[in-house]
Amino acid sequence: MRSQFKTITATVLALALGGDAATAQGDGGVEVLHWWTSGGEAAALNVLKEDLEKQGIGWTDMPVAGGGGEQAMTVLRARVTAGNAPTAVQGLGFDILDWANQGSLADLNAVAAEEGWDSVIPAALQKFARVDGKWVSAPVNVHSTNWVWANKAVLDANGIAVPTTWEEFTAALDKLKAAGVTPIAHGGQAWQEATVFDAVAMSVLGPNGYQAAFIDLDEAVLGGDRMKEAFDRMAVIRANVDDNFSGRDWNLATAMVINGTAGFQMMGDWAKGEFLNAGKVPGQDFLCFRFPGTTEQVIFNADQFMMFDQGGSVSAGQAALASAILSPSFQSAFNVVKGSVPARTDVSDEAFDDCGKKGMKDLAAAASSGNLFGSMAHGHAAPASVKNAIYDVVTAHFNGAYDSTTAVTELVDAVSIAR
Amino acid sequence: MAVSARMDFKSRLRIWLPKLVLSPSLAMVLVFVYGFIAFSVYLSFTDSRLLPSYGWVGWENYSKLWRLSHWEISLANMGIFAALYIGSCTALGLGLAIFLDQKIRIEGVLRTIYLYPMALSFIVTGTAWKWFLDPGIGLENVMQTWGWETFGFDWIKNRNLAIYTVVLAAVWQTSGFVMAMFLAGLRGIDNEIIKAAQIDGASNWNLYRRIVIPQLRPAFLSAFVILGHLAIKTFDLVIALTGGGPGRATELPATFMYSYAFTRNQMGIGAASATIMLMTIAAIMIPYLYAELREKR
Repeated sequence: MRSQFKTITATVLALALGGDAATAQGDGGVEVLHWWTSGGEAAALNVLKEDLEKQGIGWTDMPVAGGGGEQAMTVLRARVTAGNAPTAVQGLGFDILDWANQGSLADLNAVAAEEGWDSVIPAALQKFARVDGKWVSAPVNVHSTNWVWANKAVLDANGIAVPTTWEEFTAALDKLKAAGVTPIAHGGQAWQEATVFDAVAMSVLGPNGYQAAFIDLDEAVLGGDRMKEAFDRMAVIRANVDDNFSGRDWNLATAMVINGTAGFQMMGDWAKGEFLNAGKVPGQDFLCFRFPGTTEQVIFNADQFMMFDQGGSVSAGQAALASAILSPSFQSAFNVVKGSVPARTDVSDEAFDDCGKKGMKDLAAAASSGNLFGSMAHGHAAPASVKNAIYDVVTAHFNGAYDSTTAVTELVDAVSIAR
Repeated sequence: MAVSARMDFKSRLRIWLPKLVLSPSLAMVLVFVYGFIAFSVYLSFTDSRLLPSYGWVGWENYSKLWRLSHWEISLANMGIFAALYIGSCTALGLGLAIFLDQKIRIEGVLRTIYLYPMALSFIVTGTAWKWFLDPGIGLENVMQTWGWETFGFDWIKNRNLAIYTVVLAAVWQTSGFVMAMFLAGLRGIDNEIIKAAQIDGASNWNLYRRIVIPQLRPAFLSAFVILGHLAIKTFDLVIALTGGGPGRATELPATFMYSYAFTRNQMGIGAASATIMLMTIAAIMIPYLYAELREKR
């Protein structure tokens, strides 16, 4: 009970502070709630801020730190309940749909029509930005999670070529293990295990199976033999991480690949920023490739800015913000810094490095061939309750609490409770 | 007449003033504590997910809650944690208190040292112990670099043992406080009785077992109640020490409730688990309060 009380106190405090910020900003400005507080992210967001300030629109920053935005969402809930929503809020996947269904979001159709969003934003992404034919949020970027990052020197030293099938991948893992290198750098946190599971499940189930299992939540697929095989593959991956993995942050796992103490890491494209910050060059020092067996698929999650309804109309500041976010120059400048790829598919890839260019090409190809799927691990396949229920099972299995058969049964059960 | 009326007003004021002064805080407690408890209980019977909503679903949230293996894990952890935490704190606290009570030198300094961990928040304790227990940078690493290469202590990374590291950190934090309570109890015992027993030839062991400890009954009761409710609401320690991991191996009901109510958009189930925690605390507190109040009557 005390912890609940603490949360209430925290939200009340946040409310009080937030309230001041809102009154301080005056008219025409925007108040932006986000969780991009780490160095690279903050720098990327600064591009947008300067863009708006050039147009004479004030920017009130309201950062709430915390990786997945959980704290930010708690603050947002308090603000909305108090009838004082920020103008724009960073949002992910189903959170956006939930807020739209609460009727809290503004209608951006006028801006969207003027700038032709319908034709340049992939349809799979539009599902999370348009509700009942109404644009409610502006997509900033597309991250993709089925990447593998590898240390090129380590691979070369052990005579390993980029693996394209699961068999080649396991052979490479065995070689690294024999050479005394940690084959897979991994951080034991539920979301990281789920991120790996995204790619592994896609490689076993294929696009249709992935759709059926994580988007349609079909119990026959969730509880099927293929799913058991996916869990078996997770067990192989578990056998190839070091002993001290549990609780490690993802960037520390990336550092293991950078330093050459580990061979591979399965992580979203935000890992690229860590390599670049360490002065590594894609293609020369490190390699990026799709998880074996998912070369044609792109599993995505996208950051967006939801625009909260300000008394029935879209404010001038909101319209300017939305249009600035979707402008090709911002999309390029921001995503070069952030490591993701632009949310619109018609942006020039000139400024991007090799991994970025590959990411943009993959995205465009996957979008046109119907191989673009929302990430389960990052809340773009199923609502938060189902996502977390799957996390529970995946992380319990990865840490050895269940064997694969039990995990499959538990998965069906957990998903049915959470729906 | 006028004088007596003023007196009347004064004495009436004297009667009413305490009630008047207390009433705002009473009203606030009624709304912000009992009102919100009632609201949480009500929410546990509704279909609330992202925000509170008021569609009545009866006992559905409770039946879902009891089907979750995650909830079973947190309850089992609660059992292990509460039993070991209360047991070890009481034993250690009593032991330290008895040793300090032997009229030793620099007792004041030692007492402060033992009591000091209580001044830290659980977040600090959790973070410090996390580093200390981490095999990569903590105790195991230090022992190995000092030359004891077979030394292993990786409980915090072990699914089956991680909950015991939570007990370890919590006991370190609280046993000094329990010691202070027992020490106060020991100081309250009549010296005459002890001297009489010594004249009768009672050994030290018998003295404590048959005379001193039985007289500490009220101190035991308060220690039990304080430790009991501390155990049930343990939240920050787990968040700082293990984050509920490895996997979900160290989740407790409090962390369960927080994640369901605030991050998983299943406020109904979160409220149901909060209600069950409240019932558990009530089951411990009500008999205690009843006994206490009856004694005073």
